[in-house]
Amino acid sequence: MTGPMGTGAGPKLELRGVKKRFGGKVVLDGVDIAVERGRSLVIIGGSGQGKSVTLKIAIGLMRPDAGKVLVDGRDVTRLGGAARRALATQFGMLFQGAALFDSLSVWENVAFRLVNADRVKRPEARARAVAALGRVGLGPEVADLYPGELSGGMQKRVGLARAVAAEPAILFFDEPTTGLDPINADMINDLIVEQVQRLGCTAVSITHDMVSARKIGDEIAMLHNGQIVWRGPTAEIDDSGNPYVDQFIHGRATGPITGGA
Amino acid sequence: MNPVQAVGRSTLGMARTAGAVALFAGRGVAAALTPPLFLGQLWRQLAQIGYFSLPVVGLTAVFTGAALALNIYTGGGRFNAEQIMPQIVALGITRELGPVLAALMLAGRVSAAIAAEIGAMRATEQIDALRTLSTDPFRYLVAPRLAAAVIVLPLLTVVADIIGIAGGWSVAVASLNFNGALYVKNTWDFLQSWDVVSGLIKSAVFGFIVALMGCYHGYNATGGARGVGRATTHAVVSAAILIFASDYLLTSVFSHK
Repeated sequence: MTGPMGTGAGPKLELRGVKKRFGGKVVLDGVDIAVERGRSLVIIGGSGQGKSVTLKIAIGLMRPDAGKVLVDGRDVTRLGGAARRALATQFGMLFQGAALFDSLSVWENVAFRLVNADRVKRPEARARAVAALGRVGLGPEVADLYPGELSGGMQKRVGLARAVAAEPAILFFDEPTTGLDPINADMINDLIVEQVQRLGCTAVSITHDMVSARKIGDEIAMLHNGQIVWRGPTAEIDDSGNPYVDQFIHGRATGPITGGA
Repeated sequence: MNPVQAVGRSTLGMARTAGAVALFAGRGVAAALTPPLFLGQLWRQLAQIGYFSLPVVGLTAVFTGAALALNIYTGGGRFNAEQIMPQIVALGITRELGPVLAALMLAGRVSAAIAAEIGAMRATEQIDALRTLSTDPFRYLVAPRLAAAVIVLPLLTVVADIIGIAGGWSVAVASLNFNGALYVKNTWDFLQSWDVVSGLIKSAVFGFIVALMGCYHGYNATGGARGVGRATTHAVVSAAILIFASDYLLTSVFSHK
């Protein structure tokens, strides 16, 4: 995926030496990773290896114990309040369970940032929400339904529409295909690729679904024991020569990765 | 574990919780007093917390007023003081029972609902989603609930005061042979504005406690459905205890005036 966004050299998003522990358990032990402008990076790894924590730290939902998060080369690790809200306008995120607001209708969900943060008038916000729904293959008749009335696949699409409605510069995807049947999963993958290309934005995804990883990633990085153990172009993942990657992508129970985590 | 350790650990735990609640309350108040404000959310909560609590508060007040009248009549009869019953009922309702009972009903109805709603939002990552959509959850969720409860509980208490006294009146007139007009006149002449106002000040504090406990426990809920259940229970229990404790404190401060 090409199409640089914004100006200036250097990576769009970078984590430097990020460490995080919960109680006595070290989850991230010095994660270093950078994503170039307009590229799509997928982080793979087993359950409990810190993928979600990495994503939450990158988007600013969690603060690291040590290390830095840089956006456009600027250190945003300790940003709070209005500065954090301003930075978040660059971000869009699709949550694992879609995380739609169940007290709001579908269009109010999609237009949430427009109405509540950008103070766009409701009729205009609604029109933009309906347009965003159209881009993920949902008709205007869905706009007035509530999230509880939608299937899991449709909720994911609404979540995607909400994430892209305000045209973010960085999109984050948390296990985008989890809980979907193979056909719906493939549709979501296609929509993700399509939206990331349309916006020309940078994308960071975490997943343990290799089909999805191969489809949406320009590059793949593997997280194991709190560190990035391999990183390379998606095309090279089958010849990584890395025993962790080989075991993971072939789904073997035996190898350097042992269960229990 | 030796007993000293146990005492120390629980003391530290309580201090930690008190600090966390105080910080949470500070953030909530700051969010309620500075822009951006979410007036649509405030409006919604005023209806949710206030308007829809009217029936339960009204019913509680009418029965309590009636029961109080009977008890005071009986008790007063022991030293031939039945006739001061209207005054005692008015005092008991406005200073104590109106504010406290309205607050307790709200603790059951509103603290629980707030804790469950915000807890479920936490469990399904909706609170994280708010933050990724450039919206501070303290401004969008916590501040409107705190403000609404502080505004609305004194109003509900006024209603409870009136209905409670009316409950006493109806028992007095219907079965204790009081003169209705005289009852009202006695009550009105006796009551001082401070009796009512002190009750309303209390109820504003209780309103803050009710919303704060719901928000705090919901916001910090962990562990899925079980966590939401636990948050709801803790919200109601802690709100009730804090209402009683602050009721005593405020009453003792007011009684020195």
